[in-house]
Amino acid sequence: MVASAAVRLFGMWASPAVRRVEWALKLKGIEYEYIEEDLSNKSSSLLEFNPINKQVPVLVHNCNPIVESLVILEYIDETWKENPILPVDPLERAKARFWATFVDVKCREESRKAFFMEGEEKEKAIENLQVQLKALDEELEGKKFFSGDHIGYTDLAVGWMAFWLGVAEEAAGFKANYDVKFPNFSRWMKDFLAEPVIKDNLPPREKTVEFFRAFKQLGSCTKVNQK
Amino acid sequence: MAAEKDEIKLIGGWASPFVMRPRVALNMKGVVYEMTQETVGKKSDLLLKSNPVYKKIPVLIHNGKPICESMIIVEYIDETWSDGASILPPDPYDRSIARFWTAYVDDKIPDLIRKLRLLVKGSAEAEVEAEKLNAALQLLEEAFEKCSKGKGFFGGDDIGYLDIAFGSQLGWIKAVEKIVEIKFLDKEKIPGLVAWSERFCAHEAVKEVMPEADRLVEFTKMLLSGSFAK
Repeated sequence: MVASAAVRLFGMWASPAVRRVEWALKLKGIEYEYIEEDLSNKSSSLLEFNPINKQVPVLVHNCNPIVESLVILEYIDETWKENPILPVDPLERAKARFWATFVDVKCREESRKAFFMEGEEKEKAIENLQVQLKALDEELEGKKFFSGDHIGYTDLAVGWMAFWLGVAEEAAGFKANYDVKFPNFSRWMKDFLAEPVIKDNLPPREKTVEFFRAFKQLGSCTKVNQK
Repeated sequence: MAAEKDEIKLIGGWASPFVMRPRVALNMKGVVYEMTQETVGKKSDLLLKSNPVYKKIPVLIHNGKPICESMIIVEYIDETWSDGASILPPDPYDRSIARFWTAYVDDKIPDLIRKLRLLVKGSAEAEVEAEKLNAALQLLEEAFEKCSKGKGFFGGDDIGYLDIAFGSQLGWIKAVEKIVEIKFLDKEKIPGLVAWSERFCAHEAVKEVMPEADRLVEFTKMLLSGSFAK
């Protein structure tokens, strides 16, 4: 284990963006203090460390705050060099970053719409999501994980889909049908969730479904308080 | 390290702030490249083949391999031509700050510009969107003070990742100033950024690829009139 005396992570138990950071920390064997935030009553520390977005996750290392989960992942990889999560080759790094921003911007947008909206808009969002899943499915052709034989940056970035997409489907009553239509992606979801670092660091499913069900009822199109 | 006989092509367009980003990066590294201009409203086969997911410019094609998404391309350029001036700062924390503010710029500025360029001067809508742009610029002014540490650029002595990300938007910011007749680059309100913008626009790597505001205003008129074939 790498001892890092001053690593703190502000998070929320149901948040996929927070888990993404925890997976990276655990893959690297970095010890950290976890602080659970009540997002309806944010702590003064969170607001001090992330005054712009006021969101979780926030990683604080030696009193320096780092925000935005993908930015945090890059920071972690650059600061703790063991078990690298990004590849070495610049072209492979560019591809890894490409897929990470694709899921974080595009897939998240369509999933959010499929989750919150109803009727035609919901159907359109599911269609768009399936086009995106097809692209991810093709990218996985001949590979166990996006990063190759072992999980890496891209898997951690796409990882929310392995668990939270199913949660969103159950909570909001829709199906993206990846098990039928996208065999590579479906297989990746199972393999990813079976990895020890991931399996041991997921929120309880039932509780998460209930949380998202309540969240859907609360607000129609309010942005989720996490990045 | 790049090979001697590199083939570097950039699929782009003169008006795009996103295309400008890799152009500045390549110029900083002294890399020679060929740029193909996309016709607005009609995507080339090369673009569709190189970027099937987004079908958008810019795309860098390095020895036949495509790289997409402007700031990902900038980082690729920095990592591939690592002998020249470094675009990202060396320290991981400074890098995270540059990345954070780049994400902020991309989250706020392009959408505001897209909205503002279609609005009428003096309209209530223009006032509302202008307020949002001013608020974003105010935050970026504070970011500039912290990142520059008293030097001329976000990147310090020379332009860096965040300078490229934000600076590439200056042409359009100046264009919307003319369209809605509201001053955004106001040295009373954001003196640090105004001075920075002058330095950025005058930089060797920037001056020939920064589109002129008047030309962008004309471009907007053509967009609105449907002049570009679909």
